[in-house]
Amino acid sequence: MSPAQVEIQLIAAVTAAACALPGVFLVLRRMAMMSDAISHSILLGIVLAFFATGDLTSPLLLVAAAATGLVTVALVELLGRTRLLKKDAAIGLVFPVLFSAGVILIARYAGDVHLDTDSVLLGELAFAPFNRFEMFGIDWGPVSLVVMIGALLANAVFLLFFYKEMKLSTFDPELAAALGFSPVFFHYTHMGLVSVTAVSAFDAVGSVLVVALMIGPPATAYLLTDRLPAMISLSVGIGVASSLAGYWLAHSIDASIAGSMAFMTGVAFLLAFFFAPGRGLAAISRRRRRQRLDFAGQMLAVHLLQHEGCPDERYESSMAQLEEHFRWDRGFAQQIVRIGMKRELMVQQEDCLQLTDSGRVLARAVVER
Amino acid sequence: MDLLAFFSDYTLRTVAMGAGLLGAVSGSLGTFALLRRRALLGDAMSHAALPGIALAFLITGSKAPLVILAGAAVAGWLGAWFVLQVTNLTRIKEDSALGLVLSVFFGFGLVLLTWIQKRPDASQAGLDKFLFGQAATLMEKDLLAMAALGVPALLLMLLFWKELKLLSFDPEFGNSLGFPMRRLDLLLTTLMVVAIVIGLQTVGVVLMSAMLVAPAAAARQWTDRLGVMVLLAAIFGAAGGMGGAVLSSSVRRLPTGPTIVLFMSAVVLLSLLVAPNRGLLWSWIRQLRSRRRLQLQAVLEDLHALSLQHENPFHPHRTAVLRAMSEGHGGADRSLEELESQGLTRRLGSDHWALTEAGAAEAVRSFGEKGGAP
Repeated sequence: MSPAQVEIQLIAAVTAAACALPGVFLVLRRMAMMSDAISHSILLGIVLAFFATGDLTSPLLLVAAAATGLVTVALVELLGRTRLLKKDAAIGLVFPVLFSAGVILIARYAGDVHLDTDSVLLGELAFAPFNRFEMFGIDWGPVSLVVMIGALLANAVFLLFFYKEMKLSTFDPELAAALGFSPVFFHYTHMGLVSVTAVSAFDAVGSVLVVALMIGPPATAYLLTDRLPAMISLSVGIGVASSLAGYWLAHSIDASIAGSMAFMTGVAFLLAFFFAPGRGLAAISRRRRRQRLDFAGQMLAVHLLQHEGCPDERYESSMAQLEEHFRWDRGFAQQIVRIGMKRELMVQQEDCLQLTDSGRVLARAVVER
Repeated sequence: MDLLAFFSDYTLRTVAMGAGLLGAVSGSLGTFALLRRRALLGDAMSHAALPGIALAFLITGSKAPLVILAGAAVAGWLGAWFVLQVTNLTRIKEDSALGLVLSVFFGFGLVLLTWIQKRPDASQAGLDKFLFGQAATLMEKDLLAMAALGVPALLLMLLFWKELKLLSFDPEFGNSLGFPMRRLDLLLTTLMVVAIVIGLQTVGVVLMSAMLVAPAAAARQWTDRLGVMVLLAAIFGAAGGMGGAVLSSSVRRLPTGPTIVLFMSAVVLLSLLVAPNRGLLWSWIRQLRSRRRLQLQAVLEDLHALSLQHENPFHPHRTAVLRAMSEGHGGADRSLEELESQGLTRRLGSDHWALTEAGAAEAVRSFGEKGGAP
């Protein structure tokens, strides 16, 4: 690996980690689409600040963009409060306007500089190592890396100090308000952090893929755990892993790095969607199957108990009657009987089924339930 | 831009017709999306269409509009289906599912597009116009493809009008009547996909969702009737689409999608402000008026309360007292003058006010003999 490749992967990993931290709370607070709105509309802030300073590396760009993010949130809430529009429509109206204004400004007045519409959407991680951050005559590494480490630190410090408050206002906002923690304050601080992180990541991965890194890993982690600390660390881990995998995918087929990072977060999600223990589709269908078998076995035991000692016992407990009575097909009936005998709930004599003692206990328990 | 040039310029006419058509289709179908609260699903579906565009080209090697649009439609539809599956089968909420589908599909689309662009048989330039749209590249065959998809979609909407109406306002009731609401929902999703797909070349995947939401949101402000709303949204959509497309193809370096979106958003803003009944401007004016009326009432009540303290109900009182009493609602002087113009109070000297007979009668009528509420 060349040094540039190492640096690109470092940037990708730090970006993924920085995005995952606020992303966890976006997913939990059901505000995922807000990150989409913010990551689009900050473009306008960047463009305006660029026109004001004429310098693409000015820290003012960061401030202006973060402010635009907050303005987006406020505008959406303002529109929602007029009750003329639903919240989803408000989001769907606000960010296209701000984004369009930004794109038009770039296309008309800044088309010749580095700021162009494609890199806005796509980002260009491959060129990030060429833009160095130098201070006191020392080369500290690529600018993107320094900026992303800053964003990661900001998020980490915020979580470190306000973990308890964020947790409470996420899971029980009423209680948080009653205890005197201002939900509005935490809401806007969180949104501010989302904006800052989105701006910082903008350069490297572009606006749409910021959303992938913010939503993908936390959504995946949400399928894997019920505990907030585990969800946070899993999100960071999944984010870093998918961004590195994305880098190597892009490297091997020579395609957009940011795009394949987003694609990899999707792959990670799909894996969890199918195979997550307890919550994945595979686990769910296994559980459903087991429940179906258990239930059928219990019904069979009850059926046998009902007819025990009755004159029609021989007839009712025959295999043929099971197919008739329960409308089971032969294979399923045989499977149920096989499982029942293996658990020593019943025995088969000639063609008739008879409950064992433990089978009777089970059947009575089911009837009494 | 003058009319003669418009009608004689073939390109411009094509562009305007295309944008008008797509505006009308997305406006009327967007109405149902808005009422069903599916505004953001449109966003996810339009982003999700990108890999479909690339895959359609990769598989068939053709850039025929219908092939590309079909690919986009399949991918967009798959995106919507995936959102549904994730929200139904897991505890992940709709917003996260939308964000996930939007960004992952889009990322996949980018991978495919960049991969295509670097292939040696590069006869493929121009696929990236689907990001922001380029109305100027619209040709007659594109127009035909758009019409071939859009017109049947509109016909289907009219055919299922009653059912879609039921779906938008009371799906549970529809269910209880025995209508297949799930299948109707599928129909609506399919119609939305069509509306999105025909706008991709003109507006682009990134902003296409605004074309679904904005005309409908504007139309919603003007009416409470579904038929009128659909018609208005179609008109707004067509007008905004035409205006934006024509402007962007006659001015250099003005991307079409964003221009159309700004046009549409201006219409929305205007509707939010001035639409009769619901308009914000009117409700502000109403608020201002009722606040003014309450201020007048309060001063009249103060004066009445003071006059109850005296033998003579028309005894004059100092303005300073009334000002002090009106603390909290303010504007005592202005209110007294306005009451005077209504003949309810009169001024005595420079700083005294008294009730007139009409004023006393009005005060008794409003606040009772003893003051306070009647």
